[in-house]
Amino acid sequence: MSTPTIEKEPASKVELPAGVGGGEIPSFDITLKVRRYNPEVSDEAHWDEWQLTMYGTDRVLDALHKVKWEHDGSVSFRRSCAHGVCGSDAMRINGRNRLACKTLLKDLDTSKPILVEPIKGLPVEKDLIVDMEPFFQSYREIMPFLITKGHEPTRERLQSAEDRERYDDTTKCILCAACTSSCPVFWTDGQYFGPAAIVNAHRFIFDSRDDAGDMRLEILNDKEGVWRCRTTFNCSEACPRGIQVTKAISEVKQAILTRKI
Amino acid sequence: MQVHKYDVVIVGAGGAGMRAAIESGQRARTAVLTKLYPTRSHTGAAQGGMCAALANVEEDNWEWHTFDTVKGGDYLVDQDAAEVMAKEAIDAVLDLEKMGLPFNRTPEGRIDQRRFGGHTRDHGKAPVRRSCYAADRTGHMILQTLYQNCVKHNVEFYNEYYVLDLLMVDQEVTENGATRLQKRVAGVVSYDLASGELHVFQAKSVIFASGGVGKVYKTTSNAHTLTGDGMGIAFRRGIPLEDMEFFQFHPTGLAGLGILLSEAARGEGAILRNSEGERFMERYAPTIKDLAPRDIVARSMANEVREGRGAGPNKDYVLLDLTHLEPAHIDAKLPDITEFARTYLGVEPYTEPVPVFPTAHYAMGGIPTNIKAEVLQDNDTIVPGLYAAGEVACVSVHGSNRLGTNSLLDINVFGKRAGIYAAEYALSADFVDIPADPLADTVALLDTARSSEGGERVAQIRKELQDIMDANVQVFRTEETLLEALRVIDGLEERYKRISVQDKGKRFNLDLLEAVELGFLLDMAKVMTAAALHRKESRGGHFREDYPTRDDENFMTHSMAYKDPSAVETSGVRLETKPVIFTRYQPMERKY
Repeated sequence: MSTPTIEKEPASKVELPAGVGGGEIPSFDITLKVRRYNPEVSDEAHWDEWQLTMYGTDRVLDALHKVKWEHDGSVSFRRSCAHGVCGSDAMRINGRNRLACKTLLKDLDTSKPILVEPIKGLPVEKDLIVDMEPFFQSYREIMPFLITKGHEPTRERLQSAEDRERYDDTTKCILCAACTSSCPVFWTDGQYFGPAAIVNAHRFIFDSRDDAGDMRLEILNDKEGVWRCRTTFNCSEACPRGIQVTKAISEVKQAILTRKI
Repeated sequence: MQVHKYDVVIVGAGGAGMRAAIESGQRARTAVLTKLYPTRSHTGAAQGGMCAALANVEEDNWEWHTFDTVKGGDYLVDQDAAEVMAKEAIDAVLDLEKMGLPFNRTPEGRIDQRRFGGHTRDHGKAPVRRSCYAADRTGHMILQTLYQNCVKHNVEFYNEYYVLDLLMVDQEVTENGATRLQKRVAGVVSYDLASGELHVFQAKSVIFASGGVGKVYKTTSNAHTLTGDGMGIAFRRGIPLEDMEFFQFHPTGLAGLGILLSEAARGEGAILRNSEGERFMERYAPTIKDLAPRDIVARSMANEVREGRGAGPNKDYVLLDLTHLEPAHIDAKLPDITEFARTYLGVEPYTEPVPVFPTAHYAMGGIPTNIKAEVLQDNDTIVPGLYAAGEVACVSVHGSNRLGTNSLLDINVFGKRAGIYAAEYALSADFVDIPADPLADTVALLDTARSSEGGERVAQIRKELQDIMDANVQVFRTEETLLEALRVIDGLEERYKRISVQDKGKRFNLDLLEAVELGFLLDMAKVMTAAALHRKESRGGHFREDYPTRDDENFMTHSMAYKDPSAVETSGVRLETKPVIFTRYQPMERKY
């Protein structure tokens, strides 16, 4: 991952192929069904649906906004960055955990209603909003911060490009909870740490600068730790950042068995 | 009424707020209030890097970095602040590495560095490798690392607590025989989104670190939640806002969507082309070409489109060409942004150029502070106990145009300073009594939005605001476009009084939240437009076609916008000026 030098200057002028950048963007109609729940109004959840005309580059989040802004202002969901980096809008879309801002409508089957529900396994607060506190509690328990021994260097700690690469995949986590709330073990046992906490433990266990790997492995060797994982791969499929979550969990299991990092 | 008492209250949990919290939390009892969860903050969307003259890969020093920052800001930068930032940049990067940030590394295992727009060797001779980075997700790594260290230090967060008011008292102070009013900070009022309850936080020190105001525009790289709340609260309470006419348009937003593609793409060798396949930046900035500062590149792109050399079916964008770069190099250095092009436009950057156009990105202006992050109530007087850092503040290190990477640097350097100075002040000061009936204004604000039956919709007014700002207060401005924008905003404000919010509940009432946010957006759009009218010259990010040159004689000053209902010509915004601080560099013509 060193910096290669770009020695060759790019051409001042090139021939562009015809149709570069794409053509007109089409529009189409969808039916959006949202699972509604508001304990201020009723203890029962129900489904509402809307017919919407949407645009080719629109995502599920755009459809939710269209409903909220033009039809029913009480439809409630979290969102912020709207391009898949803040992790606010994880939800179940047609039965799969996705980020609403990263799921293009045109990639779904628009001949059928699009079903949107809150992620599972965390208490629903209102509509698509769940209580995230149990999720962050598990995250905090694995000591998600660099722990080092000895004197602090005056300059940076050295780390080879290979050592940096070793834990690259798990640094991408945005704590959206798509993985943890897709896990059947987590649905039935809320005490289980869940994939996201293990991913974040992995990020430090395999960081060559960190000296607390053994402590984290001990935490995850607990009865609510990695051994609850049934390797269903739901988490890897759910991750909007493409992290190989199940692989990371397997590496942590292996490290506990061999005590080699 | 629930009242909490802390030494220090921090409003906002992005990079600046959490960097402040790490310092303040170790010195004094500190609470952080955020309308999101900390890890949702928009610092996480920053991509390219954080500049510091580490000189890990080639010769560099902080004085060159200072010069680039001053020149990049078209000499409107306060040079004492730029020196502080460039000098402390080195420790700011090393601090983050020690906290665990996974920077990319050189073959020797040091922090790797790459090129970025406007950052040069020896006062403009050639691009220099100064940006420390973690692929194209540096902001994500900074946000995660700071949050991890807040967890380590047991920082107390109040998540989804939306701050709506700043409590201050005016005290009479007599100095040299003259009596004046001195503002003093007492605390903040916050709305708990989960329950709909109001909470008063009494504090000796308050730090605003609540971010920017990009949502005044339609096409923007900013999150939905960046609605200028902190700036708006301060402005309504009589604090001036500095240099609000300067808003940065990032050259490379995905066309039509505004999603950011980092300048790191051009730092790694990508180039811009028009519909004729021409590398047009060779004409506008012959020395550093595509790596010219953002204001120049954005204007050049807009000009290509205006002169008919735009690409696409409507000829309304240009192309970012990465096709001459190795796919393996793209994957290693620019994985996220190339994924954005694939996901959102269906374009494969290995083989096809990516449609791009300038996107509203960053407010150079904000709440005025000095280099200790202390907020100013006028040109010279600080408000004891009140601090601001990051995009909400104007210190001013960015002047009229911010260089790429200097925002991640700003939040770390001045976030840290704010945390230290706020805690030190709190340890030496007493609480100021909460004013009588502290919730009155907030209750009125919420009740108006909740109970009005006027039939105007928040989303419709916001859309019309964003449309007029995109059309009239963008890269190119004239007196005519700005006056028209002010007129439109005035009309929208009238309609805003008649909005109705459909959700009448208390629990997670985000409908109500959006109504309140729109109020701040309207105020800030007005301030930005009035300040742009006032500045009859072109400098940095502010280009007036009716005054196309820089006018140092009349406008080498910061603008200070005060809320003043008697200023009817400019919609209740009164403009004054504040001198620029010079230390080493005299203004020169800005060429690249």
